[in-house]
Amino acid sequence: MARIELKDVAHSYLRSPAGPEDYALHRSDLVWEDGGAYALLGPSGSGKTTLLNIISGLVRPSEGRILFDGRDVTGLSTAQRNIAQVFQFPVIYDTMTVFDNLAFPLRNRSVAETEVRARVLKVAELLELADDLKKRASGLAADAKQKISLGRGLVRSDVAAILFDEPLTVIDPHVKWMLRLKLKQIHHEFKLALIYVTHDQAEALTFADQVMVLSEGRVVQVGSPTDLFEHPAHTFVGHFIGSPGMNLMPCTLDAAGVRVDGHGVALDAAYLERARRAGGELELGIRPEFVRYQPQAADGYMPAEVTSVEDLGNYKIVTARLGARLLKVKLREGTSVATGPGWLSFPPEWTRLYVNGDVLS
Amino acid sequence: MQKTLDNRAWFLVLPVVLLVAFNAFIPLMTVVNYSVQDIYDSTHRAFVGADWYRDMLHNHRLYRALVRQFVFSGLVLLIEVPLGVAIALTMPKKDGWATSLTLVLVALPLLIPWNVIGTIWVVFLRPDIGLLGHFIDHTLGIHFDYPTVPMQAWISVMLMEVWHWTSLVVLLAYAGLRAIPDAYYQAAHIDGASAWAVFRYIQLPKMRGVLTIAILLRFMDSFLIYTEPFVLTGGGPGDSTTFLSIYLVKLAIGQFDVGRAGAFSIIYFMIVLAFSYVFYQALQRVGTGETK
Repeated sequence: MARIELKDVAHSYLRSPAGPEDYALHRSDLVWEDGGAYALLGPSGSGKTTLLNIISGLVRPSEGRILFDGRDVTGLSTAQRNIAQVFQFPVIYDTMTVFDNLAFPLRNRSVAETEVRARVLKVAELLELADDLKKRASGLAADAKQKISLGRGLVRSDVAAILFDEPLTVIDPHVKWMLRLKLKQIHHEFKLALIYVTHDQAEALTFADQVMVLSEGRVVQVGSPTDLFEHPAHTFVGHFIGSPGMNLMPCTLDAAGVRVDGHGVALDAAYLERARRAGGELELGIRPEFVRYQPQAADGYMPAEVTSVEDLGNYKIVTARLGARLLKVKLREGTSVATGPGWLSFPPEWTRLYVNGDVLS
Repeated sequence: MQKTLDNRAWFLVLPVVLLVAFNAFIPLMTVVNYSVQDIYDSTHRAFVGADWYRDMLHNHRLYRALVRQFVFSGLVLLIEVPLGVAIALTMPKKDGWATSLTLVLVALPLLIPWNVIGTIWVVFLRPDIGLLGHFIDHTLGIHFDYPTVPMQAWISVMLMEVWHWTSLVVLLAYAGLRAIPDAYYQAAHIDGASAWAVFRYIQLPKMRGVLTIAILLRFMDSFLIYTEPFVLTGGGPGDSTTFLSIYLVKLAIGQFDVGRAGAFSIIYFMIVLAFSYVFYQALQRVGTGETK
């Protein structure tokens, strides 16, 4: 059990990094509270696995310190850090039975055999592996193997956090959600900090209380799934999270509001004032869910051209051309919409301005 | 799908049939032919049935050579497999010039023709000018004359064999080790496994496939060994390093006793076949939990 803190941590895989582009992880200060369920979300190469390996101690960061409950563990090896990790591909000891696999971390730490037995049985019960204890681990399916990997972390009483590095990659889709539920249950029972690396937003948003979104070696936003959806702090988050992602359009300011390709969008006066003072490259962002649509001209609506409509059963995704820009609009099923002229509006409460990529608060 | 019947298709398998025929079947049948006849000269011969087989199965020199052969092959496996694995474990794990250099150095003995190996060792072991022979004889003060002392002849043949062939085990074991994903080492590290536990539960099981091949190849090759000991000791002193193939050649070419040699060859072939089969079956099951 521990609170994990990264202080001024940065990492480069090169021995003498020349510039910022050589860093896999840029200088960051991050905190994982004890007992939280976290997800590290980002595309491939965004530095999430590097970050995970820094926490577990498999990678020693080029700069900065790592604290577990205030204790500096930067120089400590993985085994000394009380961290368990589940890897992308199941790691099991082929020649051992399931029982011996689960007992392995305890036996290595010279735990008494009666204690080993009790703990292994408890964890096997929880992971629904009790019937397989006497079987060879190598003969089991991928999901069972991944449960064994997880179990080796759970049997230890000293584990501060369990790290997951895209653990469901090799699992069949229909088993995935069961394993995800299992993780939730384990989180409840063990009150462990779970840190989960994934590039799959659905996985991250259903699993975690707090999601850290990474892009190009930087943590661009930390927040609850709702936060990420309703208040993306960065254009990357807006674009990366949501399906389809946020509509982003370059815009300019004028006396009445902002202009997007010649169309005026009314926004809160104080908000506009802050935008005016901020300067820089301005973008307007709105999620497809929040764009309003009308088949006829209406007050406050901008004329657009609906170019295609995809009916996905419980909702429709409309592609519309506003000036030179293509927008996505997500409408409830039953809304009647046809290609051709249509009218759109951006409700001010869901419309955000981004200055050089960062949200204007 | 409509299948057309065209017997000309048989011509397509002809190359393989010819290859196998000339490569294996015809030579083997020639030997079988020799083994059931008593040939006096090019025109006089008599069919003797299984007589040569019966004769060879009661031949004490054959039994002594067979025992020698098993001791030799056993020692080869006992020394070369652990040694090869040990060397592979110490080799660099990342790509780079050090790895390439090590691989070339390790592979070097495998690239030398076999009779040259024998010759190299003949010179190497000479007490007057050979590096090792001189070292043992003069520096260590042990009288060294391997062509007349059976124990020294054995040690010399073993040394040469280990020097020549351990590389093969090293290369195979190294390939096996390199194929283990990093996550296994990381997981073992997290589980607090000792270096021995990593070897016992990760490296060894993951090398099972390549070690099976290594053991089979080393068993077969050492069981059939001829050239190097023939060049080094000629099977002597006495018959102390006369292995099966050396005895076979003495019988077939030295005494021109092709009937006995033919029967011997077939028995020899059967032994190698049987042992390779048993080894293969046994090693396939090691560590997979199957009991039958």
